[in-house]
Amino acid sequence: MNESADYIQTVVTAALRGLLPVPAELSDSTNIVRDLGLDSVTVMDFVMETEERLDVSVPLDRISAVETIGDLVATLYDLECES
Amino acid sequence: MSLFDKFKPLSAQYTRLEASGANPFAIAFDRVLSPTEAMIGDSRILLLGTNNYLGLTYDTNIIAKTIETTQAFGTGTTGSRIANGSYDGHKKLERALKDFYGRKYAMVFSTGYQANLGIISTLAGKNDHLLLDADSHASIYDGSRLGHAQVTRFRHNDPNDLHKRLRRLADVPGDKIVVVEGIYSMLGDTAPLREFAQVKREWGAYLIVDEAHSLGVLGETGRGLAEMQNVESEVDFVVGTFSKSLGSVGGFCVSNLDDFDILRVACRPYMFTASLPPGVIAATMEALHQLRMRPELRLRLIENARRLYAGLTGLGFCLGPEPSPVVSAIMPDPETAFALWSDLLKAGLYTNVSLPPATPNGLALLRSSVSAAHTPQQIDHAIALFERTGRALGLVAAFTAAHTSHPIAASPSLSGASLM
Repeated sequence: MNESADYIQTVVTAALRGLLPVPAELSDSTNIVRDLGLDSVTVMDFVMETEERLDVSVPLDRISAVETIGDLVATLYDLECES
Repeated sequence: MSLFDKFKPLSAQYTRLEASGANPFAIAFDRVLSPTEAMIGDSRILLLGTNNYLGLTYDTNIIAKTIETTQAFGTGTTGSRIANGSYDGHKKLERALKDFYGRKYAMVFSTGYQANLGIISTLAGKNDHLLLDADSHASIYDGSRLGHAQVTRFRHNDPNDLHKRLRRLADVPGDKIVVVEGIYSMLGDTAPLREFAQVKREWGAYLIVDEAHSLGVLGETGRGLAEMQNVESEVDFVVGTFSKSLGSVGGFCVSNLDDFDILRVACRPYMFTASLPPGVIAATMEALHQLRMRPELRLRLIENARRLYAGLTGLGFCLGPEPSPVVSAIMPDPETAFALWSDLLKAGLYTNVSLPPATPNGLALLRSSVSAAHTPQQIDHAIALFERTGRALGLVAAFTAAHTSHPIAASPSLSGASLM
């Protein structure tokens, strides 16, 4: 069953909050690397958390195209719809 | 704006490291005395970070074969095997690898990096799917980027996560190719290959195992983790390197899959690079012969690995999950890793610093690798230097230090060591 974009957003936000050492304001336009200071491997590990929760696999080329939280939510939503 | 502006953050880090006077990424040995000792200036350095697992780099027979072959065939091939032809040695080495692994096909590459680059990028075509262990070596990631397959990573050493990902691909067209390593080079841990083999069989996937750090180290005859876990028949492709246990340079892939040899005219990292020089081929042939004829080297290596692992555990260092020739101490941060590395070097011990993104989970590591050529006394000396420098940096508690003068005796946890 496909998850709604709102649910995906909740999953992404929760996974990010669990990862950040200090609380941060998160929105669709938050740049995951620049604003949150995560390196590329940490981003891939964080995406793995969301994959697990949503039972979807995100190819590496799709991850590398993600810049903002909104991008990631949209990518996960598209993959859910494709599956 | 400069072309190099994008490197500014990296450049700033590197400059700071240079200014500290201890840069592990720019070290040079003025002389190398043996597989275990070198000189930097007037300082004699014990080498504990060379991946020279069997200690064969100064073997007199290997050196003699290298000289003899270089005199007979010249210093280099000056071209690729496809454009400029193979030498007899390339074919002999491929026959020797086929014989060693009991496989029908073998291809020799100019480096281990290129073996992964070539095999992974060529086998996985546009509509295929590559599934990589998350802690894979850079050459595996780079191979996946050079090709056109869809690439996903699964959790490190997690057959259940691989299973889920293959299930998601069950109805998707294209071949599925799984890539794992025998021994992981950063923490020295091994893959649960038997479980991975079961998952790949269940879903009809192919399995590539990179035995770079396990060739000559694991298995009854040194063929690696697949031999040790008795799953060689489930491994479709074994990739490896000559630059660690065999003490030279180069890489290879062996397989039983028919039509394998078509890769010779399809695999760009094989086709468009110079082939290995005759002397290197001869050295590798002789080293492989010695690997097969001298199992005592492997036993000595394992003893040394256990000795170092037990010693550093006894000092209170947090290490990788199992004893292996790669012994990595997890540092609280990169600065501490650099400080310990630098102090050890000043005390006469060479190790490695490994940092993210090359390391898993963002860990800063002080990485050591042992050799069959190390004497027990050298290993004990290394442990003593770890104790002294670690204590000065506050990494080794005084209590622990006072109770570890004989670290091996205090290592009951190693009774079930998984190396053999």
